[in-house]
Amino acid sequence: MTTNGTREVDLVDYDDAVARYDPVFGIEVHVELGTRTKMFCPSVAVFGEEPNTAVSPVSLGLPGALPVVNGTAVEYAIRIGLALNCSIAETCRFARKNYFYPDVPKNFQTSQFDEPIAYDGWLDVELDDGSVFRVEIERAHMEEDAGKNTHVGGATGRIQGAEYSLIDYNRAGIPLVEVVTRPITGAGERTPEVARAYVQTLRDIFRALDVSEARMERGNVRADVNLSLRATPDSPLGTRTETKNVNSFRSVERAVRYEISRQAAILDAGGTITQETRHWHEDTGITTAGRIKSDSDDYRYFPEPDLAPVSPDRAWVEQIRAALPEMPAARRRRLRATGASLTPRCATSSTRPRSTSSSRPSPRARARGDGRLDDVDRGRVDDVAHLGVSEAPVARSRRRRAAGISGNAARICSTHARSGETGARSGSGK
Amino acid sequence: MTDLTRLTAAELADRLTSREVSSVEATRAHLDRIAAVEPALHSFLYVNGDEALATARDIDSRRAAGEQLHALAGVPIAIKDIVVTKGMPTTAGSKILEGWIPPYDATITTRIRAAGLPILGKTNMDEFAMGSSTEHSAFGNTHNPWDLDRIPGGSGGGSAAAVAAYEAPLAIGTDTGGSIRQPAAVTGTVGVKPTYGGVSRYGLIALASSLDQAGPVTRTVLDSALLHELIGGHDPRDSTSIDEPLPGLVAAARQGRSGDLTGLRVGVISELTGEGYQPGVRARFAESLEVLRGAGAEIVEVSCPNFKYALGAYYLILPSEASSNLAKFDGMRFGLRVEPSEGNVTAERVMGATRGAGFGDEVKRRIILGTYALSAGYYDAYYGSAQKVRTLIQRDFAAAFAQADVLVSPTAPTTAFKLGEKLDDPLAMYLNDVATIPANLAGIPGLSVPNGLSDDGLPVGFQVLAPAKADDRLYRVGAALEALLEAQWGGPILAKAPELEVAR
Repeated sequence: MTTNGTREVDLVDYDDAVARYDPVFGIEVHVELGTRTKMFCPSVAVFGEEPNTAVSPVSLGLPGALPVVNGTAVEYAIRIGLALNCSIAETCRFARKNYFYPDVPKNFQTSQFDEPIAYDGWLDVELDDGSVFRVEIERAHMEEDAGKNTHVGGATGRIQGAEYSLIDYNRAGIPLVEVVTRPITGAGERTPEVARAYVQTLRDIFRALDVSEARMERGNVRADVNLSLRATPDSPLGTRTETKNVNSFRSVERAVRYEISRQAAILDAGGTITQETRHWHEDTGITTAGRIKSDSDDYRYFPEPDLAPVSPDRAWVEQIRAALPEMPAARRRRLRATGASLTPRCATSSTRPRSTSSSRPSPRARARGDGRLDDVDRGRVDDVAHLGVSEAPVARSRRRRAAGISGNAARICSTHARSGETGARSGSGK
Repeated sequence: MTDLTRLTAAELADRLTSREVSSVEATRAHLDRIAAVEPALHSFLYVNGDEALATARDIDSRRAAGEQLHALAGVPIAIKDIVVTKGMPTTAGSKILEGWIPPYDATITTRIRAAGLPILGKTNMDEFAMGSSTEHSAFGNTHNPWDLDRIPGGSGGGSAAAVAAYEAPLAIGTDTGGSIRQPAAVTGTVGVKPTYGGVSRYGLIALASSLDQAGPVTRTVLDSALLHELIGGHDPRDSTSIDEPLPGLVAAARQGRSGDLTGLRVGVISELTGEGYQPGVRARFAESLEVLRGAGAEIVEVSCPNFKYALGAYYLILPSEASSNLAKFDGMRFGLRVEPSEGNVTAERVMGATRGAGFGDEVKRRIILGTYALSAGYYDAYYGSAQKVRTLIQRDFAAAFAQADVLVSPTAPTTAFKLGEKLDDPLAMYLNDVATIPANLAGIPGLSVPNGLSDDGLPVGFQVLAPAKADDRLYRVGAALEALLEAQWGGPILAKAPELEVAR
């Protein structure tokens, strides 16, 4: 068993690794959309509020509650799809991804499976030297975020070794768009840089589109990096690992670099790569093994029967397309072409989207999106008092600052908690 | 003095409107009746006496103040325990929700409260609506008022028994494969499953999302129409809700009472008669067809060849959706929480211990079945194939409705069976729903109306099916048959039921 911060192998020097192996990678980026309300209910989507105050029967997964799609989130997903040169589906569906985990209130995540809203796109990524690398986009799909676990006790803040865990469902149900690349090949030694530049370019686009605050440090944008090595570009793909939740540009680059060196070391020694998720440790700059992940992970996907298919009107899609702001890279190119003697760095900083008027969507597009399925039509925003959970459970959970809905229920006890400590635990919290 | 519990909802509403009786009197009469017969029946899991009387008082004073009220204001109602009711326990008949008090109301609960109907309580049911006898309730079975040794049907046996035994003039049921119509048939009451999307599902604890539909349980067709109009219509909180006005249901029921069905084409589904149906059920069905013919209807025979696959498809789609819908019952946020008796207390082990202790055998059976059917490698063969059968059944209905305005069959193959008789034979239990399931798979509306007693002296139901969104046809045909049969019988069928032993 690997402990945090301990290397499993002696790394191969990076230059040696990329000389001997051809890296192939893919990135899944989740972006939290900046809609006023959640993906499937009128709870306010907020950051940093008291735990379990921005919730509704839907985002808590209470018995009987039903989802209603947030029209603004659909519009934002279409904006992202169009900006990534994707086709927008004539009709698409939500699906249930079934797995048991306490931060997923229904024990399934409402996501999209075989019918994403946007697919088959590409994104040109500008590297530090001004060259451009094209990344093929497989899909961008809509889904809901999970709640946030806080593991209390133990040294690491991870579930391993924690005494108990608290869940805050404020984040549960916040709309996400997941952008998935096709396997990216041909980046060679520049793989870490391409990976970082891709995520950075996406982040700039999310901001330019005004679909998210896109703050990495808040987890608005989260990247999972899949990476494998093969002997030569003609060899079959190697076994990949998925490094989860890499939450800064620099970390993307470092994590990719680390994985290349680590996998090369294992392959050099005649070993095999385990298909698994890995955790990135910002402090020590290494990844460690998470759970074994196989292709046969079975989420028992099936079409969400509580939601009708989403069929974006073509005229609406074209309106959204027409109202798209100029993308940051295009803006840089245009400024350079017009002879402005900008260094690349200046050009970059001059395209901070929130400082440009063109980055705002037209009021018309905004109104159109809001008027569809969102807030008003979906019923009034539920405050906690209206839910009636205020008295016992939420009041208690406020005192605990983080809890689920029923006092005991929210505190999942972690792997190493001892059952004899129940009494002590129920009085704890901070 | 009139026994207020013997009035139909429409009659009671008239007397309330004319202020001949008060809602407090009516509500108290029903609460007294509940107290008297519950020891024998066990229709209710929770009696909501104080709140019901408070609502009644409020309605009486508003009426006295001259306020314009809903037609059913002040008429008491019972609600199946699968519909969430703020401040009132809601268990879905399961130990896993014992003691849970929902913090919100279902849309139909909101509408019932807004219209001022005192809510008498929550009725018994098979756990999570899985069953045809109410024997799968975690809180004990309900007895059939016609014969206390027999089942009241299921899953909504509590609502049907409550209405049949005059504990409530109106009740809410839910119907995923027949859970409103089959209990109606075996208790001599009327039950309607509306068109899918016709009544909001927001706040119904989901069994199978693509099949579930709430509807009325009453003693007359007109009463069902009144209640259906109250609870039905578009709800923005349910994405599968139909965004159109309901057809005129009460008007159709009143029109039907005339007993004239001239020009109406009635299709007899050949696959839902004959083999497997009790002789008395078949005899009453044949007689009812003659009554309809006598009212001017044209009787035609239609064939729905794919119905033979309906039960198989249903028992893949339902468990698949249920396995996912029931995943949320895990001890983490609400309801029962059981910690493992030994070993580590991890989230996963708490979930396992809670679900192991909280779910009954039938629920576990269907969760296992559904989990299997959705698994990678089996999805296409099971869930995928079942969805194809569903399409074929919809096509069968479309072809049949090209030949007939309504389709008819017996509601259930037999009269009420004995308690315990089929408890150990799930397949025999499942077969009870063979005639009601196709409507759920196709999303079309269906009604069951009493059409006599079988040779064993127990009530039999007649099922009417109509195309989607043509629920009004059910009420027209149902009310016509009811009026003509009651003229033959000299009164409602429930007048033939034995009087229950009354406690106290």
